[in-house]
Amino acid sequence: MTETNELNLARFRTRLGNEYWKSLDELSREDFQQAVETEFPAGALALERGVDRRDFVKLMGASMALGGLAACNRPAEKIVPYVRQPEGLIPGKPIFFASAMPISGYAHGVLVESHMGRPTKIEGNPDHPSSLGATNSWMQASILGLYDPDRSQVVRHLGEISTWSEFLATLAPAAKAGGVRLLTQTITSPTLGAQIQQFLAQSPGAKWHQWEPAGGHNVREGLRLAFGGYANAVYHFDKANIVVSLDSDILERGPGHLRYARDFSSRRKVRKGTTSINRLYVIESGPTGTGSLADHRLAVRPSEVETYARQIATGLGLVPGVMTGWVSALTQDLLRNRGASIVVAGEEQPPAVHAVAMAINQALGNIGSTVTITDPAEVAPVNQLDSLKQLVADMNAGAVKTLIMLGGNPVYDAPGDISFVKALDKVPFRAHLSPYYDETSMHVHWHIPETHYLESWSDARAHDGTVSIVQPLIAPLYNGRSPHEVLGVLLGGLDALPYDVVRTYWSAKVGALNFNATWRKWLNDGVIAGSALPARSAGGTPAVPGGQAANAAAGYELRILPDPNVYDGRYANNGWLQELPKPQTKICWENVALVSPKTAAAIGYDDKRRDALVNEKQTLMADVRYRGRTVRTPIWVVPGHADGTITMFMGYGRTRGGKIATPAPADSMLAPSLESFHLSGGTLGVDVNPFRFSDSLNGGSGAEIALTNDAPYSVACTQEHQSLNASDVGDDRGIIRSATFAEYLKKPDFVREHKPEVELSKDSMYPGFEYKSYAWAMVIDTSVCTGCNGCVVACQSENNIPIVGKDQVVAEREMHWLRIDRYYKGNPENPEVYHQPVPCMQCEQAPCEPVCPVGATVHSPEGLNEMTYNRCVGTRYCSNNCPYKVRRFNFFHYSDYETPALKAQRNPDVTVRTRGVMEKCTYCVQRINAAKIDAEKQGRRVRDGEIVTACQQACPTDAIVFGDMNDKTSRVAQLKGEPTNYALLAELNTRPRTTYLGAIKNPNPEIK
Amino acid sequence: MADLTPVHEIRPLTQDIPERFIPVPTVEPGHTFASVTDHISAIVLQKRMPKLWWLGLAVGIVGVTVLTTTLGKLVLVGVGVFGINHPVGWGFDILNFVWWIGIGHAGTLISAILLLLRQGWRTSINRFAEAMTLFAVAAAGLYPAFHTGRPWYDFWLFPYPNTMSLWPQFRSPLMWDVFAVSTYATVSALFWYVGLIPDLATLRDRSRGKIARVLYGMLSLGWRGSAKHWFRYESAYLLLAGLSTPLVLSVHTIVSFDFAVAQIPGWHATFFPPYFVAGAVYAGFAMVLTLAIPARKMFHLQDFITMKHLENMGKVMLATGLIVFYSYAMEAFFAYYSGNGFERYMWLNRVTGPYWKMYAMLIVCNGLAPQMMWFRKMRTSTFGLFVTAMFVNVGMWLERFVIIPTSLSRDFLPSSWGMYHGTRWDWSMFAGSIGLFLFLLFLFVRFLPMISIFEMRTMLPEAQAHPEGHEA
Repeated sequence: MTETNELNLARFRTRLGNEYWKSLDELSREDFQQAVETEFPAGALALERGVDRRDFVKLMGASMALGGLAACNRPAEKIVPYVRQPEGLIPGKPIFFASAMPISGYAHGVLVESHMGRPTKIEGNPDHPSSLGATNSWMQASILGLYDPDRSQVVRHLGEISTWSEFLATLAPAAKAGGVRLLTQTITSPTLGAQIQQFLAQSPGAKWHQWEPAGGHNVREGLRLAFGGYANAVYHFDKANIVVSLDSDILERGPGHLRYARDFSSRRKVRKGTTSINRLYVIESGPTGTGSLADHRLAVRPSEVETYARQIATGLGLVPGVMTGWVSALTQDLLRNRGASIVVAGEEQPPAVHAVAMAINQALGNIGSTVTITDPAEVAPVNQLDSLKQLVADMNAGAVKTLIMLGGNPVYDAPGDISFVKALDKVPFRAHLSPYYDETSMHVHWHIPETHYLESWSDARAHDGTVSIVQPLIAPLYNGRSPHEVLGVLLGGLDALPYDVVRTYWSAKVGALNFNATWRKWLNDGVIAGSALPARSAGGTPAVPGGQAANAAAGYELRILPDPNVYDGRYANNGWLQELPKPQTKICWENVALVSPKTAAAIGYDDKRRDALVNEKQTLMADVRYRGRTVRTPIWVVPGHADGTITMFMGYGRTRGGKIATPAPADSMLAPSLESFHLSGGTLGVDVNPFRFSDSLNGGSGAEIALTNDAPYSVACTQEHQSLNASDVGDDRGIIRSATFAEYLKKPDFVREHKPEVELSKDSMYPGFEYKSYAWAMVIDTSVCTGCNGCVVACQSENNIPIVGKDQVVAEREMHWLRIDRYYKGNPENPEVYHQPVPCMQCEQAPCEPVCPVGATVHSPEGLNEMTYNRCVGTRYCSNNCPYKVRRFNFFHYSDYETPALKAQRNPDVTVRTRGVMEKCTYCVQRINAAKIDAEKQGRRVRDGEIVTACQQACPTDAIVFGDMNDKTSRVAQLKGEPTNYALLAELNTRPRTTYLGAIKNPNPEIK
Repeated sequence: MADLTPVHEIRPLTQDIPERFIPVPTVEPGHTFASVTDHISAIVLQKRMPKLWWLGLAVGIVGVTVLTTTLGKLVLVGVGVFGINHPVGWGFDILNFVWWIGIGHAGTLISAILLLLRQGWRTSINRFAEAMTLFAVAAAGLYPAFHTGRPWYDFWLFPYPNTMSLWPQFRSPLMWDVFAVSTYATVSALFWYVGLIPDLATLRDRSRGKIARVLYGMLSLGWRGSAKHWFRYESAYLLLAGLSTPLVLSVHTIVSFDFAVAQIPGWHATFFPPYFVAGAVYAGFAMVLTLAIPARKMFHLQDFITMKHLENMGKVMLATGLIVFYSYAMEAFFAYYSGNGFERYMWLNRVTGPYWKMYAMLIVCNGLAPQMMWFRKMRTSTFGLFVTAMFVNVGMWLERFVIIPTSLSRDFLPSSWGMYHGTRWDWSMFAGSIGLFLFLLFLFVRFLPMISIFEMRTMLPEAQAHPEGHEA
């Protein structure tokens, strides 16, 4: 034996070294076997005697596992099929888990749809006080953010790929060296707060700073001014008859906006028997969703809002002064509704306006009835601007040895006069936890990828303080770490899992007794019941602060707002949000400077010059100058904007942070290059942070604007500025039908006044089809639609709708199945604005069906206008013949079939369409069929409310109702019976299943 | 018989018919059977092609290259290379389809209807016009075939037995189009080919090269010119003419249904069929003039395509042009008289909307330019005719632009309004289809007699002069 051993091994090695071998058979000749025998006696034995089944399986299993190991550099986590299937898990059927999405720190309760372990869709959590089942566009789009392939995937040290353990090794000594600073965004998470407090307590010299560019700076300070200490105001719009907004977009912005929109709309809807509805006065600078519901609206410069606020106070006898315009009628209205009204100030208004608003609420007895003041929901409210300034000062002074930034992107979004980068570079050890490798990540030693909220455990408070446990749905996709982990490390616990941290905190809080059951209930409900902050009894009595409103200065006033889609820039890499037409301007993919028609004319951009461009959705470029700085931006004229004011939006002009936030030049081979994608510098939109000064974050007076000589610029705008004036479109088309509440009471069926002879005619040459089983239908209440876009993104998410990119939107090829049409009525200086969501009308006599040559679009016996994608040849005749233009064509291969991460994101119940195929709204037929299958199994009809379409589910104002028209007790059948129910373009006799309720406003009869 | 007395001088002597029925000569005096045959067949058989022909062929080849590049791009990348978008689902694709189909109409009209109406002057232009029809239909057919989102599934538009057990949807005007256009192409091709057979035999007999003899021999199907052959030929030709005649009306009627059946303001109009047919004849004659005027010069065919032909075509253009102009007026009138706000706005938008220039140019090209044909001086000047024909060619293209994208760009809901512009690929496909048309046309004049030789012979006085006692 021994002699063969030596010999054969040598020979074998020689052979391997010098010869080519073509098969394993060749290798496994006798000498090879002998060699193996020498090295692995037992294994060779097995080979010799042949392999039995058990051993074979064992060996193969092991090699598979080891083979897998060799392919990656991290410990393999074996995936195994369920041995015992979890209760309730049926392959192909989604499960819903409750969680909460923190936006600017505040929790927004969600239910997450999970298909076989993959979260695919966000819905609102009906049990969550900030949601009540509704979602906004950010919540809907967060599912795309989870899978975003551009998210940071590795720990980086000085830009080079590194590891978490290396980071830990360097962090430990740095943290011990003193001079540690934490920089976070707004935090309401009790657990994270406790961790930070503990860290601060055990690390002498450590400090905690907070900075968030947008959000409630002024709200925070205003309430402090009013109540003498930080506080939190919770509004109850369901109890308010009169609402006054002082430049506040309360229905679309801020932590509680979804709830507020729901509450407000509950008092707004007109149904049979409604005897009164609420009334909304809005004094604002630019058009907002709240403003579009206003019964009385003033467009004033931001600085003038305070004047009006003080005038209202005057009307209530709080301060001396005079009243102008309809303020006196407004105050009378308020006085008639003591304790049943709300005055609310906007986030951009200075603290004084907030204090005035609170003083008015106090005077009217609203505090305690419609307004609840609680302790702040934030863990440690501070003046974030001061906090940031302090940090920068300390960094410049060299006092900061270690800076750990948990989230945020201060290099990009710090105020323009604070040179954050320069200060940052002086810190010897800086680390940044961030979901993207962004502008700030470029300037730190250590970049740590941050988890998405669906990847890690945490907790957060809602606008009223209710705590939700943030429950992950999936293990971190990209090696992310949560802030809890980083703090756990700082606290010395290297293996502090967020799950344990959160659970430990809460079990300590409520006691270990029966904690498991409690915990399960919390997770199941998505909220910790009864954790809302109680109304504060003590605290100062707000009074109108002294001083006078500043007189409007000469020149233009600049107003800077967070973007409705990308917010402060944090959602800039989310394609759904980028391509979402902004609620008021319908512009996507960039930011523009908004001005009023008068202001535009004043700088030489008058109607005549604009008319030539507006059809092409083009505009001119302008230079905006403010305090010595200039930004070149497209200018956009918006009816209803305050004169002499320029509105600009944050969040654009990003230079790092993903392929969508900072796109590469459009591929001219793939698409006709209609317009260069970018402004100069290769960014999307312009960065307005240089205009944010630390003494006035939201702009101010003294701005200048001038047109440049640049060529007209194409803006990705999905709608022109439509007017519905008969003189403009040849006729009253009856698209929006509105009346005042008083008119409604006199003539409830005012919508019938439009061409009754044509619309009410049921003449047909043929007998109608009888819908015997279900008759699916939808009613949309235009009275309460704010145009917030929640439904649009919900539809996109549910139905796997692709994005197409800016150049394709410019070419008018956006794919949204559901769009929100916006119409103006009246004077362009302050028009009424109406929003009308337009999904497929599911016409009973659909014009699209008879023209399809291959029968790809057909009618179902339940009244759905169905689209058979794989039969579609793509003649586009159906789209041409659709009077509502709700059909969407895949001009190119828009769906991303390549990116693996995005495959997991898609709804498996909906086909992903290829190029050349027409698509359209199906009333979420996949949801209808799922409910029908359930109902059939149980031998019953589908119950009303069992099917909720994606758009309906998302709608904060509950404006969309879907159901079975044949069930006379269903909500939708009831609404169809309302006198205000009308069909769009009914005179075409298409018999749409989607109908609208007329828009009803409630103006004060005392005002002209 | 041997003397060359012009026919109009002979006939009154032999036949007692009123003067107004005496055919005016459509061949210049001085020709005999032999000279006609020589002259026309020589273009194919003997002469070297003129430089202009080579130039024309080169343009055609470049065009075909552009076309194949465009189609390659289109199929590989998607129909999005065109300028179509969400309000405007049809742009240059259907526009050019209708334009080409319209152009084709003159050929069928000249061959079939004028044959049945015994308009002798048609003889010298019918072959040419029929060829033009075929090539125009070929160019037209490209558009519906390639404008679909997934052209590789176009065959689903045909009713063929399949495992899916699916039929096309017969209510769709696009289905009717499929039948109308394919029937039209088939009948036109047959008609053209049957008419060619005696001439192919002539070429077979006269060609010197072996390959040419074999090819022409095969194509002439054994034609020997026996009385039986002539008898059968005449019956077949008349039958095909009878078959083609309704096609002149039906094809463009059905093409107009693509629009009239839809409900878009500007499309949904009952007068579209006659309006479109008149427009098609109008466009067709303009195109025949556009091609015939240079061709007769290039191949010295002034003797056969005389000023009389050109003038007659000018008259047809004037007549159909007036029908088309009347239709424009009616569109405006209906818009006003219907009391329908959408229709009214549609017309206002055409005239004053973003595409008002197109409409203004349309009126100039199609409404005003053909009025020149009232003047005999213009009708008998090749320059005048050519310029007018060019106006009409452009005008008919503009007419389809005004109807198709302009109507779509602003329909019912103002929120969905949009603008349409052709992209470079739209233009390259248009240029390519023109290239294909020219390419085929130039090959045709090279390899086939562009004027019917045997029919031209019947136009000669020799053919008319019969011995005493025989009827013509």
